[in-house]
This record gives sequence, structure tokens and C-alpha cells, in this order.
Amino acid sequence: MRKRISAGAVVWLVFAAVFFLLPLFSTLLFSLKSNQTGNCCTLEGYGLIVHDGQFWKTLRVSFVLSLETIVVSLLLLIPTVYWVHLKLPRLRPVISFLALIPFVVPPIVLVVGLFEVFKDSPDWFYAKPYGFLVGAYVILAFPYVYFSLDAGFRSIDVHTLTEASQNLGATWPTTLVRVILPNVRVAALAGAFLTLAIVMGEYTIASLAQFNTFPIYIQYINETKSFPAAAVTLMSFGITWAAMLALLIVGRERPFQVGGAR
Amino acid sequence: MAYVELQGLRREFADVVALDGISLSLEEGEFVSFLGPSGCGKTTALRLVAGFDRPDAGRIVVDGKDMTRVPPNRRNMGMVFQAYSLFPNMTAERNIGFGLKIRGITGERRAQKIAELLELVGLERAAKRYPHQLSGGMQQRVALARALAIEPRVLLLDEPLSALDAKVRVQLREEIRRIQTRLGITTIYVTHDQEEALSISDRVAVLSQGHIEQIGTPSEIYGAPSTPFVAEFVGTMNRLEATVLDGERGEVDHGGVRLTVDAARGRRRGERVLVLVRPELLELSANGAGGENTLTGEVLTHTFLGPVTRLKVLGKDTELIADVSTAQSEALPVGVHVTARVPSTGTRLLTLESKEPGQDGQ
Amino acid sequence: MSNVSTLLDQPYRGDFKNSIQISLVTALLGGLLGFLIAYAAIREGTPKVLRTVLTTFSGVAANFAGIPLAAAFIATVGTIGIVTRFLAERGFDLYQHGFSLFSLRGIELVYLYFQIPLMILVIAPAIDGLRREWREAASNLGATPLQFWRHIGLPILTPSLLGAVVLLFGNSFSAYATAYGLTGGFIPLVPIRIGYFYSGDVLSNPHLAEALALGMFVVLGLMMAVYIPLQRISSRWVR
Repeated sequence: MRKRISAGAVVWLVFAAVFFLLPLFSTLLFSLKSNQTGNCCTLEGYGLIVHDGQFWKTLRVSFVLSLETIVVSLLLLIPTVYWVHLKLPRLRPVISFLALIPFVVPPIVLVVGLFEVFKDSPDWFYAKPYGFLVGAYVILAFPYVYFSLDAGFRSIDVHTLTEASQNLGATWPTTLVRVILPNVRVAALAGAFLTLAIVMGEYTIASLAQFNTFPIYIQYINETKSFPAAAVTLMSFGITWAAMLALLIVGRERPFQVGGAR
Repeated sequence: MAYVELQGLRREFADVVALDGISLSLEEGEFVSFLGPSGCGKTTALRLVAGFDRPDAGRIVVDGKDMTRVPPNRRNMGMVFQAYSLFPNMTAERNIGFGLKIRGITGERRAQKIAELLELVGLERAAKRYPHQLSGGMQQRVALARALAIEPRVLLLDEPLSALDAKVRVQLREEIRRIQTRLGITTIYVTHDQEEALSISDRVAVLSQGHIEQIGTPSEIYGAPSTPFVAEFVGTMNRLEATVLDGERGEVDHGGVRLTVDAARGRRRGERVLVLVRPELLELSANGAGGENTLTGEVLTHTFLGPVTRLKVLGKDTELIADVSTAQSEALPVGVHVTARVPSTGTRLLTLESKEPGQDGQ
Repeated sequence: MSNVSTLLDQPYRGDFKNSIQISLVTALLGGLLGFLIAYAAIREGTPKVLRTVLTTFSGVAANFAGIPLAAAFIATVGTIGIVTRFLAERGFDLYQHGFSLFSLRGIELVYLYFQIPLMILVIAPAIDGLRREWREAASNLGATPLQFWRHIGLPILTPSLLGAVVLLFGNSFSAYATAYGLTGGFIPLVPIRIGYFYSGDVLSNPHLAEALALGMFVVLGLMMAVYIPLQRISSRWVR
């Protein structure tokens, strides 16, 4: 289209760019500062982190947690959202409402609540982060996964696909796995990457429940050494960004936007 | 002098030429349709006139004034969009009154004008309803009333009936024409439906791939198409490829059969032409009565169209389409051999290219 | 129950006041800025790629809240932050002029970093719902862009805007980690206070923690009660 970008739009987009990029840029500069002289430019902050065993350990723990959260969330939600779209459309507003609750309830309150609920669980559930924390994170990620999946299901004609599949003789599981799943792949991936971002950055619950995850490590560095803290912050940003970019690339295979104004 | 003039309008998008320098004039009060398949440029042209887009070259002149650089909200043209254009947060009457409100016309005057328009489009009782409470046809009526409220110089309609049911479409198009005639507003109507264009326009401009193939009255477009595209697009037409044998006597050779058509008079020998015959002009008979100007073939299908039945006849290398009265079609069932007589008058001829070397197909 | 009435005393009342103030400011300001930025990226004329970049970034930034964000802002406008230093070298001492990253104002600034992206994500579909035909029809009927927004655009967007602001309020109210990361827990906000009680600091009193949590739920419940009807209204028009 011949229409050129309007002046007002430029103003706001530049403002956004400055506001969002400045802290990142500052963090970068900070991270390059030497601990002794307090000036640029050295990679020793990064070196410190990379050589710290705790960095790798907590990173791995958080990564595994993310994967587990993703798997559990998708296993729970894909069939559920599918069923709701197919058979129980009236339930959608109810679930949308429920999906907003974790979004807005403070993680702290969540922890309090969860401790109450899981009071009598077996020890293994508590011992490693994997049991309890995954439960909490599934709840935290629920809104993001749900809304992504919901949008994905809305953009396909669930009824027609299901009926066509059944008409050709497929059973429910087959329909779900071979017909529906490929069509909501992008939405599921979107939800997965958002979950990754959440788990990799979640501090509150992990700290109150006293587990040692990646964000806990970052805060520890934050409180003890400022310049390396900037380095590790930037790295955590970078990891999340990489996840998002991966999503973008995968998502390119299908038109991303659901059209509104043409 | 013409009331609306489009002069050499050209518009390109990336690597596609949407409009290739079209020119057209409209008299005041005239109803002109832009007819063509999707992608032909008709909507692009309309949007240029409305001001939602700027031409790469060319001018738009209305009532002697050059409108090309005037922003859309100052052109004083009323536009009816294809769908979804009513403001959802306003009732029908507030939608209609919007243009008036912007112009500072308020109170009694405005209320009166709105009432007039509601009556004009037959929606007095729907005044206080919201768009989502109105049917598609009613919404378009409100859209029309809204466009007319500002007493525009030119009325523009962009396929206003495409999104509606068939029956509503026929009804509404006649109302649009009736209203337009009564108010005498110069109108440009864009559509891909040839029946629509032919039934309500003063003139029709047939577009294809960014240029105007032909402009003429509906009967000219239908009965005397001047290019193969128009012949193909408008109505159903039998197209017989032939070579001119004798230009004095109007004889052509179609697949070994000699036909005499008046339209071939004055053509040079060897010219490759297209003989165009309307289905209703082919005379069919069951017995091999031979005779002048006949083609033979076998009846393939019958398509019942009410009073008329359309027969498809398979000839030697062409398929012919003939419309016969339903009563007559009973005597010509599928499988029967028939002869089809090509009338010598009433057919058209279009040039394909010439067999003689060194000449351009013109 | 006596725990609940304790809520109305200081210092808890102060906590609620602070939390509500921060949430209100960041919700309104974040809502306004987020809307303007989202619209700038989506409107006609802006290259589509900018919208994709913005949406992707917002997806990350909205979750960036927490420790890393605090660290990033410390690096920017903390006492020895890059921008602070930059301004100092040019003769302008930020902290002398009353600004402090470790105050309520500072927290508001930092919160905006995830409030604005959240707003962008939430309001983008609503902006998409503004059909091009409405804009064009309004223009065709003589309206200037301002008139369009006044009579059509804003009225249609208002339920979505309000709903989004309410969501932003809730989001801010329940934020914990960022404030904690900035101040090490020394700022009087409700979530922080709950954190104290819970992790066994000072006055270990889980019941008070629960009462505080109840207080938060009430605030949030009110918020939801406003949000749901707004959503229903806004979806009515964008059919």
C-alpha cells in the first residue's frame, strides 16, 4: 500500500523502542564493567558466571522444570479445550474467567494455598522441585496456555474437522492426535514458549518454597555482586528471547494473524 | 460538459498494475456500472474516486473541479460499502444522522432529514435498532440512507449487494435504481454480477485487468460486444472460430462448413475471426433438414431454466449452446441428432488474427 | 476474625494504600501508553513487521517482571546506573532532584516495563476489531480523524480499554518479585508483607498472612466483578 507511516505512529514507536531497549542496553554496559575499576570493558562478569557451577545447575533445574510444566499443561489442556470447543461451548466464558485468576492472584497467596492443599502429599512430591513446583507452575502458566490454545481452536473449524474425521472412520484418540493436534500446533507452541518464559523467570514461589532455581540464583548474584548480576540478567533475557524467536520461526509456516480490519 | 471525469487513472501495487490509465466521463444524473471479474480494477477505481487511495497518474474531475488531491472527507461523495460499514455503537437513525452531525446540522432539521431518508428506504420502524439487530438487507438500506443524507454530488456503491441473499439482491437493486432516479444523483456502481449491471444501469463499463474493454448501454454490451472478453463475460455466447472466405458475400469457413453471415461483409479473405451467436438465436430442428448455414451435432444435456431450456449440442469440434422454449425442447431429447441454423443477421464478428503474412492482428 | 480487623490498622493500612496507589498509577499510565503504542504499530501505514516485533517483545517483556527486571533497572537508573552516570556527567544529579529507584515512584517506573507490554497484548485484538470500513465510512461522511475517534473509535473501544486497565490493576497489585528485587523487601506493599509472614521473618504469623491474603482477594474480586461485564459489552459489538 502506498500509505506511509504516520508521524504520530513514529513518535510512539520510537518512545517504545527507547523505553524498552534502554534498560537492556544499560544492563549490557553494566555487565561489561570490571569489578575492580568499576569501568568498561571486560568480560570477567560473564566469565565469573559461566565458571560458576551453580549457574549451570540451576539453569538445568529450571529448564527441566519448564519442560515438565509444558508437558503437563499441554496434556491437560489440549483435550480439555478441544472438548469444550466441541461439546460445551457454554463453558468457555467460565473457563476464561478461571484462566484470569492465576493471572491476577499473587504468587504468594498461591503458595499459601498450595501448601494447604498439598499438606498431606508424600515426601517425594516435596523433595525435589519437580513435584510441588511443577504443580504451582502449571497453575501459573494456565492462563497463557489456555488463551493460546483457545485462539488456536477458534481459528479452525473444530466441528467440521471432527465430523469429517469420524465420518472416515477414526476413533476419538486418532482424531485428536492426527487431525486436531497438527492444526493447533502453532497455538500449542506459543503456549509452550510463554510457559518457558514464565518458569525461567519465576522467583516468588520458588523462593518461598525454598527451592533452588535459576531466578533464585540470579537474585543471589544480584545481592552479592552487581556487575556479574547484570551479566546473568542479560543471559536470562537472551535465553527467553531465543525461545521466542524459535516460536516466530516455527510460526512462520502458517499465517500468524487472525484478520480483523482488512 | 461531463459531470464526473476520470482522466487517465493509473494505479500500481508492488508488481501489479491495478489500473492502466483508464478514462471515463459521466453525465449528471447518470448511473454507470463498473463490471468485471475480481482483480479487474473496478474497486480500485472506485476507491480512487472516493479518495481512499491516490492515483499514481491521472485526474479526477467533478463538476469542473479537480478532486485528485482533495482528502476523502471533503469530497462530498456518498459511499455504500460491501458490508459491515455501519457504526456498531449507533442506532440506525444515529448512523444516518452522522454526516449531518459532522456538518453541524442539528435539531429539528436533522431529525426531519433522517425521517425522510428512513421513509425513502422503507425503514421507519427500524430507526432505533442497532446494526447487529438488523438483517443484511436492512443494514445496506441504512448504509444507503446514510450516504444520501449528506446530499452528495456523487454516489458510489462498492458491490453493495454481494453479501446478501439472492432474492433480497434483486429487490434491493431495483430500489436503489428507483431512489437514484428520483434523486437524480450521478452514480458509480461496482459489481461482478452482470445481470445486476445490465438490469439497472444507464451505461456499463466492462473492465478487465486494469483497462476498460467496452463502455456502452446494457443492450450494446449484451448484443454487440466489441472484444472477445466482453463477449465471454457478459451473457452466454457461442463462439465459432472461422476464416473469412469471401468478404463480398460474407462467407466464412467454420470447420469445413461454409456459413454466410452479414457481419463478415467487408472483411478480407484469410482473416481469422470469431463468429458470435447468442444461444437464443440458434434454430434447432431434429430432422437432418440440412440447408443453408447449418451445423450438425448431437444433444448432450438439457438444463431446465423455467420457460426456456438450455441445450448443449456437441458438434464436430465445437460445443454449441442453444436456448429453446421448454415445449420445443421435449422434441429434442438427449442423444438426438440435430441441425442448428446460424442466422445470417444478428451475429457479431470479432477479429482474431489474419492468416496473411506481414499483417498485425488488429 | 480479629485478624481481619487488624488489617485496618497501620502498618497494614499503609500497605494497602501503597499497593493501591501503585496499581492505580501503573494501570492508568500503562494503559494509556500501551494503547498509544499498540495503535501506532497496528494502524495502516505502519509496516506489518513492526507489529510482529512489538507483539513478540511484549510477550517476553510482560513476563520479564521479577528479579531480572529489577536488576536491569538498577543498571539503568540505580545510584550508579548508566543513565544516572550519564546525566551526572552533564551536570544533572538525578538523585538530588528527588528521584529514587527505591521509592514508590521508582517502583511505578519499573512496573511500567511489564504493564505496558501487557496492555499491548490485551488491547491489540480490540484494535484489530476496529474495521477499516468504519474509518473509511466516517471519512467519507466528512469526519476528521479526531471526530472519528470521538464518536466511533473510542466509544467502541471503551469497554475493552476499561477491561484492560482493570486487568493491569490486578496484575500490579499482586506483583511481588520485582518490588522485592528492587528493595530487598524493604518496601511496604501488601504482597511483600505477606511474604514476611510467610517466610518466617519478624512476626511469624501465618494467620495474619492469610488475613492479608483475604484482603487482597477482596480487592481483586471487586476488580473481576467490574471486568467481566465489560468484556461482555465489548464483545457484543465486534461480531
